[in-house]
Amino acid sequence: MSAPLLETQGLQKSFGALQVARAIDFRLEAGARHALIGPNGAGKTTLVNLLTGALAPSGGRVLFDGADVTRLAQAKRVKRGIARTFQINQLFRGLSVFENVCLAVAERLGAGGTMLAAAGRRAEVIAEATRLVELLRLGADAGRRIDELPYGRQRLVEIALALGLEPRLLLLDEPAAGIPSAESHILLEAIAALPRGIAVLIIEHDMDLVFRFAERITVMVSGAIYAEGTPAEIAANRDVRAVYLGGALDA
Amino acid sequence: MSLHEAAREYATRHRVRAWEALPWLAGLAAFFLFPNYLAFGTQVLVTILFALSLDLVLGYAGIVTLGHAAFFGAGAYTAAMLAAHAGWNEPLSGLAAAALVAGAVGFASGWVVLRAQGLALLMLTLCTMALLEQAANMGAAWTGGFDGMPGLAFRPIAGLFEFDVLYFRSQYLYALAVLFAGFVAVRLLVYSPFGRSLTGIRENVLRMHALGAPVRARQVRVYAFSAALAGVAGAVFVQANGYVNLAVLGLERAAGVLIILILGGYGRLYGAFVGALVYMLLEHSLSKAYPTAWQLGLGLTLMLVALYARNGILGLAAALRSRWSGR
Amino acid sequence: MDLASILLGGLASGMVLFVVSVGLSVTMGLMGFVNLAHGGFAMLGGYAVALAMRHWGMPFFAALALAFAAVAALGVLLERTLYARLYRASELDQVLFTIGLALVMIAGVTLAVGPESQSIALPAWLRGQTDLGFLRYRSYSLALIAAGALLMLALWLGFERTRAGAQIRAAVDNRRMAESLGVDVRRLFTLVFALGSGLAAVGGGLGAEILGLDPQYPLRYLAYFLIVVAVGGLGRVSGVFAAALVIGVLDFVLKVEFPKGGAIFIYALAMIILLARPQGLAGKRA
Repeated sequence: MSAPLLETQGLQKSFGALQVARAIDFRLEAGARHALIGPNGAGKTTLVNLLTGALAPSGGRVLFDGADVTRLAQAKRVKRGIARTFQINQLFRGLSVFENVCLAVAERLGAGGTMLAAAGRRAEVIAEATRLVELLRLGADAGRRIDELPYGRQRLVEIALALGLEPRLLLLDEPAAGIPSAESHILLEAIAALPRGIAVLIIEHDMDLVFRFAERITVMVSGAIYAEGTPAEIAANRDVRAVYLGGALDA
Repeated sequence: MSLHEAAREYATRHRVRAWEALPWLAGLAAFFLFPNYLAFGTQVLVTILFALSLDLVLGYAGIVTLGHAAFFGAGAYTAAMLAAHAGWNEPLSGLAAAALVAGAVGFASGWVVLRAQGLALLMLTLCTMALLEQAANMGAAWTGGFDGMPGLAFRPIAGLFEFDVLYFRSQYLYALAVLFAGFVAVRLLVYSPFGRSLTGIRENVLRMHALGAPVRARQVRVYAFSAALAGVAGAVFVQANGYVNLAVLGLERAAGVLIILILGGYGRLYGAFVGALVYMLLEHSLSKAYPTAWQLGLGLTLMLVALYARNGILGLAAALRSRWSGR
Repeated sequence: MDLASILLGGLASGMVLFVVSVGLSVTMGLMGFVNLAHGGFAMLGGYAVALAMRHWGMPFFAALALAFAAVAALGVLLERTLYARLYRASELDQVLFTIGLALVMIAGVTLAVGPESQSIALPAWLRGQTDLGFLRYRSYSLALIAAGALLMLALWLGFERTRAGAQIRAAVDNRRMAESLGVDVRRLFTLVFALGSGLAAVGGGLGAEILGLDPQYPLRYLAYFLIVVAVGGLGRVSGVFAAALVIGVLDFVLKVEFPKGGAIFIYALAMIILLARPQGLAGKRA
């Protein structure tokens, strides 16, 4: 079996006496469609923070594409191809949708450090930003400030930023949270349309979305991996149903 | 605004608008219209350049600093000491030297200080400036200490234009030219991808990290650039006025330029112009005659601005304009 | 000057710094509000003492009590009407507002009383020297040291032993959690602000002989108050106490040995401490 795109070995994190991640051994293949589920406080977002480098682990390793990135800073990991969205929107609230996306694209294209040429002249940045805005059906709002948009649309911008980085691994932290169900299909289509080359890990509570999207599911409880398998296996797993899924699948 | 319009707006934002020639035309007109006030005019121009440098750091990168006079002073003392001790009083190369020294001080202090945030950062900027002030005081043999160095003379600019001690004619045009050059550099920077990324750092630093931007490196770079520019302003101050003293490194100057920038409107490129002009005109006419009333009025104005008009004069103007045009 | 004299002189200075700055530290630690006008409350307190003694013939300690009450009341008024509006504002706005307020206080005092510096006539038993056995030293300075130590003790007891103290400590550590536990943080802040301003007023009056008393007071010592607070750690009384004493002694020594530019060591020390521990000596890591 070829080496996985992402792998953690014995990853753990404690805050003093509180252990929020215990000995996590996690693998993700290239092009994966993987979901991470579990009750609140299970440590899902913590794991994402550990993977992106926003949080430094207390022990264990993170390997990306075969290389040990455990000590690597967040920004460097982004350059290697790891991108994430946040559970609560982290956008540039005073700027327009278009400017937000341009910032992400400019960083990816390495233009962010150019000091003396006008940003407006970077046609490739503008073209790519236009494409992403259209992809997420944000065209009508492109010129509006983030803080003027309803929360659901802001959430889509959050996704656009991550896509703008053209990652090889995309970590989506509850992307559907806050999006009214009338609009969530845009999100689903965008996620479904992601190129096969990108591995996607999605944290979600919306079981509809999870079971439609995921090819593998990992269940986390109390900072540790509780179960892992295909959607069918997880749905059939009695312990998982008891601990978390409850009646969600008895529809 | 449709997507197409938004993209077009982004692509053409940097284009020079016709009205942007106005400040320079006005500056030139003032030269002919107010020949007896050119000394005052020169001070205004120097302050605009200084405030412009602060705007890069405060308005665009979002770094709150009470110590920007450290760089103004570094540039000032460089030009002064070169002239007084090394006999190097050619003004243009003096400017270059001042920019280099102040930029180096900016780079070093920024690299050290910008790892902090909030109150710690504010205090570190304040302490850096105070440190330099104390050093200048201690090294009185070099810097003239508390009394400073009066009576500095400089060679004619580009060998042609003598410094006019009485009417400040060449000083004014010199300052105007330097300001123009500095403004062009700042404007280019602000509309560059680097400048845009600074806005991102100001708006949401967490997100910038998550976009892979080398945040601290960018911050240090703009801090150093801004310091060099402030140093140039300080050098022009010394060359035009012919003296230097500890006040160039003092809290009064640092707080003063901060107030000026906020009054004019930070993050708006021209806030420095508006703020410096308005503030210094008012100060010139009021503070000598009624110093206490001036202080009281200034204090009340600052309180009101903080509560109701945090974006300064230009911000108020923009709000009025959008209210007037309907939406 | 011998070591003991220098130490005592420095401790006295430090105690004044402590009394004035402790209120600022707790206020900033509790509400995260940068209050550059804090020195103004100290100044107003000093002026209140001077004027009450001169015009109403009040004795020294009664005047101090009056100053405390009057400035605390002013603090409540300002906090409720003005400061409260800026709690959610940016650091820059808070800096701007409080600089403005400081200027208003300076101008107000100049208009009401005049630009000259004021002196406070100490009671007879504080003038002159006290014999400690191994040393004779200025009674006033010794009294300052005693007062500062007493205040530290009183504050420590207040924070450790009273319910309000516990609530304040909890809110400084984690405001949101304290709120969710039912602590009325708004009222707490008014209380702390009043107390802090009142203490600053007392510090202004007590320390008038050392720090002087004139309209420029708030801005002249602003940097020192801020350094003491930042180095000590926001909301940490023990930290402010330690930082104030260290800086007081250091400043005193430097004024004697390096009058020109000696303060450079204080700024350098402050920078080193803030870079190594941005949260201050006693502060909690964010």
